[in-house]
Amino acid sequence: MLYREAGEFKTSYAQDSQTFPIWWDRLWYQVALVVGFAILPFVINDYWANAVVVPFLIYAIAAIGLNILTGYCGQVSLGTGGFMAVGAYAVYKLMTAFPDVPILIHVILAGAITAGVGVLFGLPSLRIKGFYLAVATLAAQFFLVWLFNKVPWFYNYSASGQITAPERTMFGIAVTGANTPAWAKYLFCAAFLFALAWIARNLTRGTIGRKWMAIRDMDIAAEIIGVNPLTTKLSAFAVSSFFIGIAGALFFAVYLGAAEVGEAFGIQKSFLILFMIIIGGLGSIFGSFAGAAFLVLLPVFLKNVLVGGLGWPSDLAAHIELMIVGALIIGFLILEPHGLAQLWRVLKEKLRLWPFPH
Amino acid sequence: MRKSFTLLAATALAAATAGAAQADLVVPNLSYRTGPFAAGGIPYADGFQDYFTLLNERDGGIGGEIVKTPECETAYNTEKGVECYEATKGQGALVYNPLSTGITYQLIPKMQADGITLYTPGYGRTSAANGRVFEWVFNYPANYWDGASVAIKYLLDQNGGSLEGKKIALLYHNSAYGKEPIRTLEDLSKKHGFTLSTLPIDSPGQEQKSQWLQVRREKPDYVLFWGWGVMNSVAIQEAANIRFPMENFIGIWWSGSENDVAPAGAGANGYKSLTMHGVGADYPVYADLKQYVVDAGKAAGDGSNVGTVIYSRGMYAAMVIAEAIRKAQELAGTSAVNAAQVRDGFEALEITEARMKELGLPDFGQPFKATCADHGGPGMARIQQWDASAKRWTLVTDWIAPDDAVLDPLVAADSAAYAKEAGLSERCN
Repeated sequence: MLYREAGEFKTSYAQDSQTFPIWWDRLWYQVALVVGFAILPFVINDYWANAVVVPFLIYAIAAIGLNILTGYCGQVSLGTGGFMAVGAYAVYKLMTAFPDVPILIHVILAGAITAGVGVLFGLPSLRIKGFYLAVATLAAQFFLVWLFNKVPWFYNYSASGQITAPERTMFGIAVTGANTPAWAKYLFCAAFLFALAWIARNLTRGTIGRKWMAIRDMDIAAEIIGVNPLTTKLSAFAVSSFFIGIAGALFFAVYLGAAEVGEAFGIQKSFLILFMIIIGGLGSIFGSFAGAAFLVLLPVFLKNVLVGGLGWPSDLAAHIELMIVGALIIGFLILEPHGLAQLWRVLKEKLRLWPFPH
Repeated sequence: MRKSFTLLAATALAAATAGAAQADLVVPNLSYRTGPFAAGGIPYADGFQDYFTLLNERDGGIGGEIVKTPECETAYNTEKGVECYEATKGQGALVYNPLSTGITYQLIPKMQADGITLYTPGYGRTSAANGRVFEWVFNYPANYWDGASVAIKYLLDQNGGSLEGKKIALLYHNSAYGKEPIRTLEDLSKKHGFTLSTLPIDSPGQEQKSQWLQVRREKPDYVLFWGWGVMNSVAIQEAANIRFPMENFIGIWWSGSENDVAPAGAGANGYKSLTMHGVGADYPVYADLKQYVVDAGKAAGDGSNVGTVIYSRGMYAAMVIAEAIRKAQELAGTSAVNAAQVRDGFEALEITEARMKELGLPDFGQPFKATCADHGGPGMARIQQWDASAKRWTLVTDWIAPDDAVLDPLVAADSAAYAKEAGLSERCN
């Protein structure tokens, strides 16, 4: 009744090709923006920012990045953790080498550096595909972690190999370091997520995105109709790594404040983000958000309910939490192999006909 | 749409956490009873919790105030550690003891900003011993660099005062924890003329074949070991497999519990480790623990760890925190102390032999006295050795003092680097 195209008349090309063609979608999108940028910054506290919202925003950026590469261009990557580490170490070196440059520029530069590294490790994708490419990117993961552990220059020769984010400001307000107010952390990450999601959405429905999808669906056919595999695959690696690099930079500088490469950017991070896009939905921007929300918010939520609400012992709750999350993942994948995004799509189809399905 | 997801979780979560009651003295227990490091995390958390339960049951708390220890599971993971810190600090937390060097590094700047004490006995950032820079961090009675120095002094003693031409290998957890002693050992190798080789083991350390192959090839005279969790028992098993002489294999205090040596059976006989407190359950405090906590059915966990090495260490940490709170109450003249007053209590704390005896722990730990500049204590340690047939640890040396001539400049340099990075100025002048 509410959610339908009927009665929506488009009178210009711009209207016809907008991201949200249905006004009900547009309304919710605008409500989300108002809540996200005008209300949440005033009500958010330390716990909500540091434990729930900021990690969700950062993982969502990383998930969009990996979704561009794996979901849209069909190149399986297990190097996400390593590329996040590149972003983190790049921003650390930039922050300490050029303290006077605004942190915003450092984060974007860190993304650019990661894009370069991503292109380098993307070169094998021109020759190898599928599982073999996954193994090649796995090599990137282990090599990068080893590199940041081995070469003291990357961690400024500190005694323990830890990198710690110094305080850096934007417009006079701390964005990194211990004195950062919760709302500044939140707004900084939310602004990045908004901008990057907007870019990703528009890239994927334009020429570049169509080329990526052509390569994903059948690379030989794509080549025959004139899609250049070299530039297409490498551009996917570059854009994806740019996103992941920014996620890594924010993860270290804004969220954690101190990091150790093996623990923060190990192989389990690569898997976590891969699971996010599989559960959320491959080849969908909404799916990246949904997957990140599922894997970041659900464990925190369960822990608060089981330990805080029901008063269970913390170890029992931790084990049960793993089992519940695992069971839900299996359940979702059996019921809807295309992820939460597909679930949402089906729901929208049903809503269009509701309440008169026939 | 993404925001409605968050909001849904928000309302449910707010409802779930609203019930947390405010207690007078809150000492959060950031523990890990799951994951690859649970073998050490469980007994430590049990000892920590049980000691406060004992105080509550026997003495009615500290100065008449009941102590609450809300437990939060970190799984030795820094992200969960941040979540636990944020979740518990709003309950009026006075002091944190996260038992993880990685989480400690993260909390140091945060807790400085929030004004809460961080107590890291025997772990964490070594240079936090310099109270001039680290106002809110305390790591007495001993730290990693003390441990490294004590191990070398013990070896010097074994070799008639000279390590000239000896080969020593450091086998370490490839993280901030394991890398801590490298700089000290490098300086000590220059001073005493031994060659040092470093062999990193990636976390969690279930796979160490290549490192032990290297040990077989290089044939070091001694192996020093910085391990934790599952990697301890694996390393001791591997050492037994290659028939490395166990008495030349020395672990830090985190690599010397019953859980670490038991799986290797008789092969572990003679393995040595450092310890910063006495071992065994022959101290009077254990009788009280049995009476008021274990037999009353109030023990944390399953109660099976009472008296083990790591349990005793958790209890020791709790004891120091309780004494600091007591000192704070004395200084502030009120029993309901706040976080800032507890910090003052830590800085004015003095633990004497007589006080340890009163607490039921005679000759258990070293006496120490904190000052504004010294947050690190004397840093002495003893060597314990595993007797596989009797299945117990025995102390083989008296207290050994570290080589402060080497350590002090290192602490000064590292803390100065931190002060510069964080823009802090020195206190206590």
